[in-house]
Amino acid sequence: MANKVLNYIPKDSFMHRLSGTTKLIVFLTFSFLCGLSFDTRVLLFLLVLSISCFFLSHIRLSEVKLMSMFLVVFIVMNFILLFIFNPNYGPELYGSRTVLFHIAGRYDVTLEQLFYQFNVSLKYVIGFPVAILFIATTNPSEFASSLSQIGVPYRISYSVSLALRYIPDIQTDYHEIAQSQEARGVALGKDVKISERIKNSVKILMPLVLTSLNRIDEIANSMQLRSFGKNKKRTWYMQKKMTASDYLVIAFCVVLFVVGMIITNQGGNNLYNPFI
Amino acid sequence: MKPIISFKDFSFQYNAQKNPTLKHINLDIYPGEKILICGASGSGKSTLGNCINGLIPFSYNGKIDGSLKVDDIETKDSSIFELSTKVGTVLQDPDGQFVGLTVAEDIAFALENDCVEQEKMFAETLSAARKVSIENRMNNAPYDLSGGQKQRVSMAGVLVDKVRILLFDEPLANLDPATGKSAIELIDQIKKETDTTVIIIEHRIEDVLWQKVDRIILMDDGMIVSDCDPAALLRSDLLKKYGIREPLYLTQLKYADVDINNIEGIDCINDLKLDDKAKKQIVKWYTSQEKPEHINNNSNILEVEHIDFRYESSEQILYDVSFAIKKGEMLAIAGKNGAGKSTLCKVICGFEKQFNGKILFNGEDISNASIRKRSSYIGYVMQNPNQMISQAMIFDEVSMGIRNIGLSEEEIKERVYSTLKVCGLYEFRNWPISALSFGQKKRVTIASILVMGPEIIILDEPTAGQDFYHYTEIMEFLCELNRKGITIIMITHDMHLMLEYTTRSLVFYDGRLQADKSGSAVLCDEDLVDKASLKETSLFKIATDVGIKDPVSFVDCFIDYDKKERSHGKQSS
Amino acid sequence: MKNDSVQKVVATGIGAALFFVLARFVAIPSGIPNTNIAFQYAIQAVFAVLYGPVVGCLSGFIGHVLTDMSWGGVWWTWAFATAVYGLIVGFFAKKINIKDGNFSKNEIITFVVANLIANAVAWILVAPIGDIVIYKEDASLVFTQGFVAAAGDFIFAVVIGGLLLYGYTKTIAKSGSLDKE
Repeated sequence: MANKVLNYIPKDSFMHRLSGTTKLIVFLTFSFLCGLSFDTRVLLFLLVLSISCFFLSHIRLSEVKLMSMFLVVFIVMNFILLFIFNPNYGPELYGSRTVLFHIAGRYDVTLEQLFYQFNVSLKYVIGFPVAILFIATTNPSEFASSLSQIGVPYRISYSVSLALRYIPDIQTDYHEIAQSQEARGVALGKDVKISERIKNSVKILMPLVLTSLNRIDEIANSMQLRSFGKNKKRTWYMQKKMTASDYLVIAFCVVLFVVGMIITNQGGNNLYNPFI
Repeated sequence: MKPIISFKDFSFQYNAQKNPTLKHINLDIYPGEKILICGASGSGKSTLGNCINGLIPFSYNGKIDGSLKVDDIETKDSSIFELSTKVGTVLQDPDGQFVGLTVAEDIAFALENDCVEQEKMFAETLSAARKVSIENRMNNAPYDLSGGQKQRVSMAGVLVDKVRILLFDEPLANLDPATGKSAIELIDQIKKETDTTVIIIEHRIEDVLWQKVDRIILMDDGMIVSDCDPAALLRSDLLKKYGIREPLYLTQLKYADVDINNIEGIDCINDLKLDDKAKKQIVKWYTSQEKPEHINNNSNILEVEHIDFRYESSEQILYDVSFAIKKGEMLAIAGKNGAGKSTLCKVICGFEKQFNGKILFNGEDISNASIRKRSSYIGYVMQNPNQMISQAMIFDEVSMGIRNIGLSEEEIKERVYSTLKVCGLYEFRNWPISALSFGQKKRVTIASILVMGPEIIILDEPTAGQDFYHYTEIMEFLCELNRKGITIIMITHDMHLMLEYTTRSLVFYDGRLQADKSGSAVLCDEDLVDKASLKETSLFKIATDVGIKDPVSFVDCFIDYDKKERSHGKQSS
Repeated sequence: MKNDSVQKVVATGIGAALFFVLARFVAIPSGIPNTNIAFQYAIQAVFAVLYGPVVGCLSGFIGHVLTDMSWGGVWWTWAFATAVYGLIVGFFAKKINIKDGNFSKNEIITFVVANLIANAVAWILVAPIGDIVIYKEDASLVFTQGFVAAAGDFIFAVVIGGLLLYGYTKTIAKSGSLDKE
């Protein structure tokens, strides 16, 4: 139990050999470009790129099955919800209306709506391979140093490392506390009244919080005794040296971002409108 | 020679407390010395350690009087960072100290904070890891390591700083006996290799004395009550007076009326040289003892048949475990960390459901009963009371387990009160739990299980981290429950507990039940002791030294005699 | 206290770990179909009150991003809203002064008000607007989601967070003038 927090899959591939910092920059570039742009051409290009990166990593789809299934379910749900809530948002957005067929009431299936929802789904899909890639090919030990290298203060970066370090411990704590409380009649199942469920959950969370607070004091002491916070900077044992390919990839990200934004904002807003 | 640590009329009072915790301490420690600081809980020994490493006053606020110099620096004018380059501290809890995601990162932690360059860091980390023989595990995460390995990493993590003083705060508290023994050996080896000054804070004298120390400082109530070499302290009666358990072999010699002032090597069981006279006295004592026998003819209350268990997609943890426990027994489950002891108990209590095999309670199959159902037959008490207590008030905490089972408020009150009386907590019934001592909190957790009326209680390490006084208090309480007819099962690696308070021990290693016999028989079985990560008792060594053919019976006699002596002592005092 | 800053670094890390564990592995049905009680926000509120706005903000943000990453995609707008939530509750922490062991009427009112404001800003303002700007999501959809989230998290954070804080103050209460009876 509790052995893998994030799904790091050690392998030897081009993506694995890149430094964590580079991969973080790739991840952020994709996240932000994909967030800021609604230009279908840019998004499609990103999709092609992110899928090719995925193949470069030698990660097999079966290794990330659970996450992929979650994504598919999410996108389908979101697709349906978007339509139910406002089937006419697409036409409004693109300023034209091409009805394909009529369902009922205000529910027309329009080309614009489908195109709009296609774009939204595209955004979610693009994020996925890159996020998976970042998680699967980056040793969690490199997270903190990568964050610190892109300018996050080291104290905050170290908090991330501490979170990854103590998640398994806290998970074990939670299970043990919940089991021993269950033996004393603390139930949280569906057959328990909601007010009772809340009260019972406090009976599990209270010991969990209190032991966590003790832990915080202990860890803080031990970190101070080993000079944490002594200097304005710190070095990182697990930091990977930047290589030529790292610099190339980073340069590519910068170009990608700039060009992507230029294309996106060509028409005065961030939409690509094929309906004009 | 100039002392490396020097307390001059030093007192300290925590801000939150009414009285000083340390009072007028005068103590000099010289470079290269190996010092043991002992004392009961609350004697101030850990506070003294925290003054040396700078946690006091830089992390815990309070008022300092007098002077403390560490390597010629007045600590209160220094900083925790400056002090940490002189004093390396290995804290009691290895999980709190292990902050890195892997062994290598954790060892390198101090170097990272000192902005050491990566190349240099790799070299220094590796060399520190070699000193504690953990260099083959550099990429392991903490949860892949045993308690002993984590402690080694902690040691390496302070050794990278090239400190002049090493401070160990209760290094044995979380280790099984064999690991504790090798920890003590490792400390000794590091001291010799690096020429550091070593300070060990512990109350388990016998285990620390496995390797020689130069001086023992005995503390009580914030003061130093004795400061002398180990032999002199052991020959005095100060240990008993201040609530520290003396080494078993020493107690044995005293019972046999051996004149300990004339015995050589009294301060370390390895060096102990018994002369012919002493040997004769011991044999005489032994032959004069009645050989105790424990027979339990009750029916079986719990039967475990062919249990196999594995967590989903991981290695098998239990293999074909079968045993029976008789009503009214008090027994120990012992073995290495990770041998499957806790898992077995979780299976018995129904916490883990996916297993093969059968569990019978009073002859009835309960393999499929729910956790809640089983808790009315079998109660489980966790090691750390803080993980069980969720209420502010004692009454609420204890009554939790009998709510929602159809009892009236009056009936609940009655049952809680009678349980509190049994547990000696009745007079505290309206107190907040936060006002209780650790031992009392433990009792609250036991009461909160007992109130549900189980016939068996399983306790995970009931006495972990407790000094002799609290250990005795908790164990005597459990004995009392046992006399009232409750069957008690304890997961433990405390060998004193196995010897003194149980009639039988189930020993596990590699997921299998490997032995089922009395504690004394277990601890006199060298092969078993070795494989289950236990440590043989010093009484066994005496028995073999003296030439007694049946060391098990010798140990039994001692325990029996000791019990009588102690209860006698209690009555007269 | 002099060790405040290291303490806060650790509290941020442990707070994020708790957030992660509760968000990722603890699924207690809330009574509303397909939604679980969001314990993580109650814990985040507790940490914000105990350690202040920075810890409240960062522990939630880190916890949220890690949780999302374990599912395969970060929802930045909502992660950002989580950060805002912790930040706002943390700003009220000075008025609650929990470390003195007081959590009575005034403190409770402050805690409720803090949560009301924080939840409203985070889930009805920051998250939906972010979704509208970035994902061009439909306003009626994201505001509905925002209202549901705000209402749910408000109730659970106030009730569960409040009970936890109350319990916490009981554990630091000093024995004082207790007598055996």
